[in-house]
Amino acid sequence: MSVTNPNWKPKIVAFCCNWCSYAGADLAGSGRMSYPADVKIIRVPCSCRVNPMFILRAFERGADGVIICGCHPGDCHYTSGNYYARRRLTMLFSMLDYLGIERGRTRVEWVSAAEGAKFSKTMNEFVETITNLGENRKLGDIRCKKS
Amino acid sequence: MRQFPESKVLDIIQSIPCPVYAPVEDGSMVVYGRYEDGMTLRLDKIATDKTPKDILFPQWENLMHFRMEGKTIELTEEKRMEEDYVIFGVRGCDIQAFKVLDKVFLSDPIDTYYAARREHGTIVALACTSMKDTCFCKNFSVDPSQPDADVVLWLIGDDYYCEAYTDKGRALMEKWDTREAEDGPVEWIKGEIDKKYESLPFAHLNLTGFDGEHLMEKFNSPKWKKLSMACLGCGSCTFACPTCQCYDIRDYDSGNGIQRYRCWDSCMYSDFTLMAHGTNRPTQLERYRQRFMHKLVYFPSNNDGMYSCVGCGRCIEKCPMNLNIVKVIKALGEDAK
Amino acid sequence: MNSIKSRALELLSDGTVKRVIGWEKGEGEADWSPALFETAEEMNSFVYGDYAGSNLSKYCLKFNLAEGKTLVVLKPCDTLSFNQLLHEHRLNREKFYIIGAGCKGMKDENGRLLKCNACKGKDFEVYDEIIDDEESRKPLNVFDRMIGVAELEKMTAEERYEFWRGELSRCIRCNACRNVCPACTCVKCVFDNPASGVQSKAPVTDFEENMFHIIRAFHVAGRCTDCGECSRVCPQNIPLHLLNRKFIKDMNELYGDHQAGVGTEERTPLTSYTKEDAEPSVVHERGNA
Repeated sequence: MSVTNPNWKPKIVAFCCNWCSYAGADLAGSGRMSYPADVKIIRVPCSCRVNPMFILRAFERGADGVIICGCHPGDCHYTSGNYYARRRLTMLFSMLDYLGIERGRTRVEWVSAAEGAKFSKTMNEFVETITNLGENRKLGDIRCKKS
Repeated sequence: MRQFPESKVLDIIQSIPCPVYAPVEDGSMVVYGRYEDGMTLRLDKIATDKTPKDILFPQWENLMHFRMEGKTIELTEEKRMEEDYVIFGVRGCDIQAFKVLDKVFLSDPIDTYYAARREHGTIVALACTSMKDTCFCKNFSVDPSQPDADVVLWLIGDDYYCEAYTDKGRALMEKWDTREAEDGPVEWIKGEIDKKYESLPFAHLNLTGFDGEHLMEKFNSPKWKKLSMACLGCGSCTFACPTCQCYDIRDYDSGNGIQRYRCWDSCMYSDFTLMAHGTNRPTQLERYRQRFMHKLVYFPSNNDGMYSCVGCGRCIEKCPMNLNIVKVIKALGEDAK
Repeated sequence: MNSIKSRALELLSDGTVKRVIGWEKGEGEADWSPALFETAEEMNSFVYGDYAGSNLSKYCLKFNLAEGKTLVVLKPCDTLSFNQLLHEHRLNREKFYIIGAGCKGMKDENGRLLKCNACKGKDFEVYDEIIDDEESRKPLNVFDRMIGVAELEKMTAEERYEFWRGELSRCIRCNACRNVCPACTCVKCVFDNPASGVQSKAPVTDFEENMFHIIRAFHVAGRCTDCGECSRVCPQNIPLHLLNRKFIKDMNELYGDHQAGVGTEERTPLTSYTKEDAEPSVVHERGNA
């Protein structure tokens, strides 16, 4: 879908786990590695705290892309949270794909507290993907669009 | 009395200069939709899957919008209907349902959203020359052969006979390409409709005792337990019903202002008329009883005996568990064993 | 099958059970409703046969805390739902007497039920006694239940989007699919909670329809036995089973075969994991974009 509104800028919601990815974002900041301001981070205790409803709600409220970041599998602060998250998010993404929502709009990336550079790189990539996809029109509440 | 060939009905609809709502196909269903070229018209459908109630009282509608700017609140009221339109091919039961809705929305305080829609609509009715086994409209003073509308159509053989009964109707029909017709065939078909109705299984239900006098007796009947057991508490019956008129008003914060809208509610739901202390109908038995008591006892005792059931039979078709108002009437009525 | 009726009556009369959940016939040929029988006299109207399509497992929840035992008549596929509820500790096995009833495939006024075309077999997962006959033990002719899902997967994303918009836009949010579902057992559903910010009753935007159906299917994923009641009861004829089956198909392909309701030990796919599970991006790498 092409971009029709010249003033449009992507809105990205990033759910970051408190123990790894959020610290990774911090490291990116203190290391002066940049990532676009279009990314809004929501800190969650663990990637498995992300209820599918959170993701849908983000789209409803006008997000163009949602990314979930957690500890690398095996490194979860709560031992196994991200393993559960991995299955759930796989299922949710598959369902969104099944309903015809563009694939690029959802993503999962494992980012550790030491990977500031990976965080920055991932966000830059994701914003680029969303910019290419354009505005999210298929899965949002039209009333939430600013006219 | 005028007439026109059945094959010309599309031309007639297309010649009407304002929007026309008529029974049209939508996938495997027939609903009242705004007719546009290419749609499949289904005037033959008895008890459409969605009722023409939606046109006068849509499932949801915006009432107003407000936005805060600093310390001021900007309030925009939704516009009332300003455009004339026609509802085409409405059956007698659904027209009786409009009268039930009128009792609710047009008595003081008048619902101006509904009133505007009602005023701008012209109703073209279609007499029921065929019926379904689930029809039982005559029990509720509906005449399927002579619906009370602006214009009435009768399909006899390959011709539609039509007659206008109001100024609105006459103004509409004036522009139709019709020719003069005799009254005879219509009188004949009315007799045929009466005969056909008599053969229906629910043609005559005994409604004695469904009134304010017997309220407590009906309310306290031990039979509700068994009657309501299978009820899932889904709202299918209330949403398919042409007279169910309960609604809820809600606010939605869209992030750039608040939208106040109203939407249909259903007495089958656990959060229906929810209050601070909780709900006053905690189990499905009470919710189920409320629906039928409202239709058969409370409404008539407040509205000069007018029942808020019109015998369209949609709840018989739609209930996934095959519960319906006829079973209630039979279990609680005078004929009950 | 008169033997089911006489056996149920016997158990009710001798006090083994306090009540019976079965079916009652109304006026028309196909007009059958689930019904409660508490006395021998009421049992006169008990029926079992070709139109006993509804899954009575869900009704058991109403009687889990009732005094005494409840007799329930379950078909083979219904026992999967009942067993799944046992597995989730939603039902107390001691409170129920289960008659496993033989099934030759159920129908309604339009013929064989859609769900019976995807019959999952004639084994009873849980029962106190089985009453069936030669005829009802024969397997039904069924087609591969995943055909519908596979066809959709072959379409392009745009076609799928159009397909689901067409189907889901008919939703009137009556909640019949949720209320009939034996896996939907939350005491208070999130869609009934006015404080959740969900619009619940109003299909105001297509987002609400999408969200309701995604979440409904997601919440029962792994626990859905594919009993098909959701599609059967939908007054708007939305093929809801295609959502549930998509989850079943995906989970079977990615995490190994699992049939909800079989056995009581195995954990469901979404409440377990392995270290070697596929990454979520796998779903973006297959089929049509």
